[in-house]
Amino acid sequence: MLTAEDKKLIQQIWGKLGGAEEEIGAEALTRMFYSYPPTKTYFPHFDLSPGSEQVRVHGKKVVAALGTAIKNIDNLSQALSELSNLHAYNLRVDPPRFSLQFLSQCLQVALATRLGKDYSPEAHSAVDKFMSAVASVLAEKYR
Amino acid sequence: MVHWSAEEKQLITSVWAKVNVEECGAEALARLLIVYPWTQRFFSDFGNLSSPTAIIGNPRVRAHGKKVLTSFGEAIKNLDNLKGTYSKLSELHCDKLHVDPENFRLLGDILVIVLAAHFTKDFTPACQATWQKLVGLVAHALARKYH
Repeated sequence: MLTAEDKKLIQQIWGKLGGAEEEIGAEALTRMFYSYPPTKTYFPHFDLSPGSEQVRVHGKKVVAALGTAIKNIDNLSQALSELSNLHAYNLRVDPPRFSLQFLSQCLQVALATRLGKDYSPEAHSAVDKFMSAVASVLAEKYR
Repeated sequence: MVHWSAEEKQLITSVWAKVNVEECGAEALARLLIVYPWTQRFFSDFGNLSSPTAIIGNPRVRAHGKKVLTSFGEAIKNLDNLKGTYSKLSELHCDKLHVDPENFRLLGDILVIVLAAHFTKDFTPACQATWQKLVGLVAHALARKYH
């Protein structure tokens, strides 16, 4: 359960990114494709080479969605409802993968490389919980 | 038989050379206990684990973190024989410690994040991928003797 303190920390972390949010999206995806090659199976239509414009654009989309989620952190289910439908009925990304663990890990690595020790254990915990909550909402309609 | 490319070995050893095993180990274990509080079940005799501050300052957590990461160092010296290196520890974690192997995966991921925070932009995607492979294989080796 996300506590008030968690929510504050998440907003703080997001605030510290100073406009780099979009880059972080692309970086998180790039790291994910590198570390977890099976995740590429969901993007056969993408150019996944380094610096790919498609990856950059998609990363931007992912981060924008996370930003929306953060702004509506008290009602994730509603805020992510469209995306939840999309993932369940169209994209059908395998739910265990889709427990977003790989994207969450890579997003956190991207955050940690930028924030260094500012990515404190408490912030780490809050972000991990948040990503878990997002994953649950996105998986809600699978069956 | 695991295959390590020359580049992967280089990425592992060059990162490891700069790691302070005591600090990094303490940090990784503390984060495990903070981010995944249920893991505290294995450390009920460690004393005060009541808050992130308490966990980070707990001397037994620090000492144990150092032990765990020191063992990682052994793995790095024996990349071609992780199974052999971890055989006894695997039995120990199963028979005496009763640790669900899923926890090894959690700790591995946390270690990667600790390294990322420490090395910042030097922790490139290639570097991360190599280390994710290593922590995955270590987790696998530690789970191997479970029965």
